[in-house]
Amino acid sequence: MDDPHLLAALVLLATVTAGLIVVLRRPGRVERLLALQLLGTTTVAVVLMLAHGLALPGLRNLALVLGLLASIVGVAFVRYGALGSDRKGHGP
Amino acid sequence: MMDLLGWLFIWFGVAFFLSGTVALLRFPDLYTRLHALTKADNVGLGLVVMGLVLHAGSFSVALKLLLVWLLVMLASASVSHLIARAARAAGYGTERGP
Repeated sequence: MDDPHLLAALVLLATVTAGLIVVLRRPGRVERLLALQLLGTTTVAVVLMLAHGLALPGLRNLALVLGLLASIVGVAFVRYGALGSDRKGHGP
Repeated sequence: MMDLLGWLFIWFGVAFFLSGTVALLRFPDLYTRLHALTKADNVGLGLVVMGLVLHAGSFSVALKLLLVWLLVMLASASVSHLIARAARAAGYGTERGP
């Protein structure tokens, strides 16, 4: 247990929560993509911090996978839905 | 000593994350928000990783942290560009006009 790292992780979590609450209240579908970007990068930082604070080295692998998945989801949204595309996925 | 320097990096990184979120809330249109968010969050992550590297116990841990940072840099740069291009093609205007 390493309290200062957990405190930093908590601060980051509070930041992303506040950001998400405000962004998701806005109208507009593309704002959700911004929320996704915010969440993706900040989550990687939080998980890396937790890996040190909780002394769980496996969480670093988790951060790696989360970074990958966030980008894949972003690409999927852009191609298939959030900004308008036909059913076959021919987006902008 | 290394510990203190690491904490300095980490808290500066957290400050950058905070400023990126503030930019997300305060900027006038999609493109400026996307730009500020991506850049500030990436710099914040870089600083946090820098601090964690200084706190890390071994070289392999430091290497893994740097790899994570590189991956997130590449991924978020690509995805933010895709989002901006798709929004432009879909006709999203800027604050000053279409």
